[in-house]
Amino acid sequence: MGKLDGKVAVITGGARGQGRAHALTLAREGADIVICDIAAQIDTVPYPMATPADLEETVRLVEDLDRRCVAVQADVRDGAQMQAVAERAMSEFGRIDILLANAGIFSFAGGGGSWEMTDEQWRDMIDVNLTGVWQSCKAVIPHMIAGGRGGSIVITSSTAGLHGFANFAHYVSAKHGVVGLMRTLAIELAPHNIRVNTVHPTSVRTPMVMNEATRRLFGGGQDISQEQFFEIMQSMNALPVGAVEPEDISNAILWLVSDDARYVTGVTLPVDAGFGVK
Amino acid sequence: MGTLDGKVALITGAARGQGRAHAARLAAAGADIIAVDRCASIPEVPWPLASPDDLRETAALVESHGRRCLTQVADVRDTRQMEAAIAAGLEAFGHIDIVVANAGAGSYARAWELTEAEWDAVVDTNLKGAWITCRAVIPSMIERGAGGSLILVSSTAGLRPYAHMAHYVAAKHGIVGLARALAVELAPYRIRVNAVHPTSVDTGMIQNEATYRLFRPDLEHPTREDVAPIFRTLNLLGVPWLEPDDISAAVLWLASDASRYVTGISLPVDAGASLK
Repeated sequence: MGKLDGKVAVITGGARGQGRAHALTLAREGADIVICDIAAQIDTVPYPMATPADLEETVRLVEDLDRRCVAVQADVRDGAQMQAVAERAMSEFGRIDILLANAGIFSFAGGGGSWEMTDEQWRDMIDVNLTGVWQSCKAVIPHMIAGGRGGSIVITSSTAGLHGFANFAHYVSAKHGVVGLMRTLAIELAPHNIRVNTVHPTSVRTPMVMNEATRRLFGGGQDISQEQFFEIMQSMNALPVGAVEPEDISNAILWLVSDDARYVTGVTLPVDAGFGVK
Repeated sequence: MGTLDGKVALITGAARGQGRAHAARLAAAGADIIAVDRCASIPEVPWPLASPDDLRETAALVESHGRRCLTQVADVRDTRQMEAAIAAGLEAFGHIDIVVANAGAGSYARAWELTEAEWDAVVDTNLKGAWITCRAVIPSMIERGAGGSLILVSSTAGLRPYAHMAHYVAAKHGIVGLARALAVELAPYRIRVNAVHPTSVDTGMIQNEATYRLFRPDLEHPTREDVAPIFRTLNLLGVPWLEPDDISAAVLWLASDASRYVTGISLPVDAGASLK
């Protein structure tokens, strides 16, 4: 008996990192899974993005848990592609109960301040991390409403959705922006018993964080060791930890999408090792 | 196999209502329980508080889950009583891993019409009582070195105001400050501290004539059915009030290792009330 038996979850950015951990956590509780991922590089992203092989690996890992998993290569920036993801979920499983709008990228201004960021960096970031969330919601919500069984949407924001940071105004803006989107959707969808919440992770051990470009950003231009990097990260958290595991975010999301949180909506839930009180 | 096997939880205001539900839910997850309640009314609070029989019933509920329950009659406003209760708990179980500072009280009047006694009764129970409870437990948690989780029960009134209860609103906002300050101080010891913010919950604290009259001053003897539609307007999700166990589910998550990196947060369980 899982907490999500009979449920179907759509997860964007599901090829690896947090998205993959969410897929496995929800599958372990009985959900069938639809994942999508761009599985391709975006030019302004300074680290290797996921591949079609990553996407297939998530499918294999979910299937190892005796759940079904459908993978679609799709770009959250493209409304038509996201409609196709939602329609594929409906044709395979006949329902969508859960949407995890998890797909996200990271980049930062080269020389320092946010006024030195390129137009392309700004555009790609807002398109993926904010507009992509809206496209994902827009594609899935009509099916949730038509199902008449309620639902749960969790948008992955960040500590940068509640606090400012130097050098990446586009990321901070997009992650704040999804809080506004979430609060609006929570009001609009409450009559349909569809709950909408955000999670706000501190640094997580995923390829988006654990890469040379990000180490250089926090190392003041130097490629510091992973250990030095975690020391810097830890100095930003209250609890003695540098970066949390993807499963720590999955555990928060599992609580939010389960009936244990049936009256939780419109909430910004930090999983941030005390970053917010530091 | 429960998520709290081997853990011990101290819960204040445990005789009934939310506190009893927390005791049952945490016991079902494997925790032994120290159940503390004043078990007597407070003159300034215009509804009856819990009785010794209520506290015994909580203990029976915990034991029905196969866990042990130590009951202690103590007023959270009284340091000596709380220190004695916690000493008894440590004597019985050896350690305390989880604190749910849940004891609460209220009354209704506009801020400038509250008496000093009413102000003190509510602020001392809801805010000072949480501090006294935490202060009495924390040294043993630090000394043991095994971390811990403190859960302070605030309210939607800890994030936004309501009329006719300035003392309650002030105390529940104060809980947020206390939780955040404790989270910073206790993070080096891996002791996490968080606040929970319920909307209205179906307990004796709202199901009483004083509350009914506040909501329906037009009726001579307002009932549960008379006030439900008004309570419903406070929430987005179309329910007038939540079940105590809905709050317990959030408390259990915060108490368990599923939230091992969650500290210093305000967690609404409010059916969207904060967005109204």
